[in-house]
Amino acid sequence: MIWETVRLALLALRRNKLRSALTMLGIVIGVAAVIAMVTVGQGSSRSVAASVESLGTNVLSLRPGSRGMGPGPVSTQSARPFSLRDAEALGELSVVKAVSPTVSSTQTVVAGNGNLTTSITGATSGYLEVGGWTVWHGRGFNSAEDRSGASVCIIGATVHKTLFGTADPLGQQLRVGKVSCEVIGLLQAKGAGTFGQDQDELVLMPIRTVQRRLLGNDNVTSISVALAPEVSSQRGAREIEALMRDRRRISGNQANDFSITDRAQIAEVLSGINSVLTGMLSSVAAVSLLVGGIGIMNIMLVSVTERTREIGIRLAVGAESRQVLTQFLVEAVVLSLVGGIIGVIVGLALAFGASLFMAIPFAPQLVIVLLAFGFSALIGVIFGFFPARKAARLDPIDALRHE
Amino acid sequence: MVATPGPSRPPLIELSDVSRTYGSGETEVRALDHTDLIIRQGEFVAVMGPSGSGKSTTMNIIGLLDRPTSGRYLFNGVEVQDLDRDRRALLRRHFLGFVFQGFNLLPRTSALENVELPLIYKGMPRAERIERARAALHKVGLDGREGHDASQLSGGQQQRVAIARALVGEPMVILADEPTGNLDSHRSHEIMRLLQQLNREDGITIVMVTHEDDIAAYARRLVSFADGRIRADAPVPERTPA
Ligand SMILES: Nc1ncnc2c1ncn2[C@@H]1O[C@H](COP(=O)(O)OP(=O)(O)OP(=O)(O)O)[C@@H](O)[C@H]1O
Ligand SMILES: [Mg+2]
Repeated sequence: MIWETVRLALLALRRNKLRSALTMLGIVIGVAAVIAMVTVGQGSSRSVAASVESLGTNVLSLRPGSRGMGPGPVSTQSARPFSLRDAEALGELSVVKAVSPTVSSTQTVVAGNGNLTTSITGATSGYLEVGGWTVWHGRGFNSAEDRSGASVCIIGATVHKTLFGTADPLGQQLRVGKVSCEVIGLLQAKGAGTFGQDQDELVLMPIRTVQRRLLGNDNVTSISVALAPEVSSQRGAREIEALMRDRRRISGNQANDFSITDRAQIAEVLSGINSVLTGMLSSVAAVSLLVGGIGIMNIMLVSVTERTREIGIRLAVGAESRQVLTQFLVEAVVLSLVGGIIGVIVGLALAFGASLFMAIPFAPQLVIVLLAFGFSALIGVIFGFFPARKAARLDPIDALRHE
Repeated sequence: MVATPGPSRPPLIELSDVSRTYGSGETEVRALDHTDLIIRQGEFVAVMGPSGSGKSTTMNIIGLLDRPTSGRYLFNGVEVQDLDRDRRALLRRHFLGFVFQGFNLLPRTSALENVELPLIYKGMPRAERIERARAALHKVGLDGREGHDASQLSGGQQQRVAIARALVGEPMVILADEPTGNLDSHRSHEIMRLLQQLNREDGITIVMVTHEDDIAAYARRLVSFADGRIRADAPVPERTPA
């Protein structure tokens, strides 16, 4: 009998295709929104988690100038820059595993028939270790190149693709501004970073080369430090702070004129923002599901009024109240379930599109899909019940007389 | 089988001292006023009377669509006036068929599906339902129209579908409230011949409301209402209708 009722409900819904479609729209939008939100939210927290990992554990960044808590732009203009000797001193600390002083300069890079305007990073061999980079093809800087201003460079995957396509870049010459250098290494691709930026758009040159030949000074604008294993970032930061205050001659009660940030912390803050956002968007989506449910109730009520005479006919030929109730309830549930199915498909498609666009992993979750499904069936039952009961309680004569 | 209803046949419908009032106090309308009526198995009864005289009210009570305000109703010897909604639905399902003035077919639904409807509520398997519905449509002369819906059928054809729906469940009684009220004279007589055939050949008891003498002439007995009471009750003289 229940299959019979489901069949009848499907028939009734097919007879009113447009109305059925419009009724489902609310549920489709609600479910699609929930699915898309949660899937994208999951994907982006996964990508945050992945980029936290790719930062390597216990990496601290030092920048000249003081700053408040949390991420934000730093004013470095007025602050005294670091020097390579600062970096060397940091490297002597027992808590430090590797040190990476850097400078950067935006230049147009030309090779063969390709060109690209990008930021050139002056670095030492410590850069690869601190940043968790692997040389995929060729080699990194050797210690002689670290100290001299050699004309060599290492490029990231994006730069390789833009300038050389699929050709082997090793031994090729790059023109970086007015300097030219030989490509000695190609880095393993990392993909998008925490902020969605392309980490592989990268050109590394020995720091001396950039300082002398592109910038014309001896300044170091940033130093990243990888701490030794088992060293907490608090302890590392404390020792580094003490050393730097000493080297920069900052006395007892004076404030620091440099800042130390724990990059893992930034990522954690970001993923926190992320989950708050996911929560907010999900509750918006949940509200739209509720609105979808009310839409179903509304249409089912209209449908009961519109089909009063039909109900009268059914009662006259011997339908019991329960059977009329079941029919309308099943119609509502079928509507919301079909709406739910379409919603899941649309939601996953949206999430897939968004994850491509935002370069984050596509992270569909069975639990959420099932939940959205169950929830839409529940909405059908809850919001379908009132109209169905109204239909089942109609008086047969009144119903038959209804125009 | 040609039925000859007479006192020997058991009463199928027995109304005793039945009243039906609408509203109360000043505005009370007494649609049916202390009425007695016995209809035996196999009868073909025409009900006539001026508008508002209580014909439809009586039909609705007989058809278990409505309940009397007071009085007793025995259906096939069983007291039914106090049955609840769902029990009345069960009796309608198994023993009664309805034909209405306005046909009352389900819209956007094929003739076959309309005729199947009572069988669905009987819980009959689909294959058997379709077979019976086809047979019923054949009986009313609508072979080949199974897939048409109401909007694709003439008034006379729609009423035949309604008759097929009324007879498909093999009821004891078919109740027809002005079955030819929306049809022209030619179609009306076709429908009447069909009802007459169901009465004569299948022994189905028929109670029919009409305003027209030549339609009433198909029945064997004529009950006349006025002001909620039966004013006359007599056999219809045997004759061959035009
Ligand atoms: N639901 C109702 N509420 C109030 N009064 C009603 C209702 N149904 C019928 N009546 C009244 O009961 C009386 C009998 O009505 P009924 O429908 O039985 O008349 P009828 O003989 O079938 O008339 P007609 O030939 O016009 O169909 C009428 O006065 C009518 O106004
Ligand atoms: Mg009437």
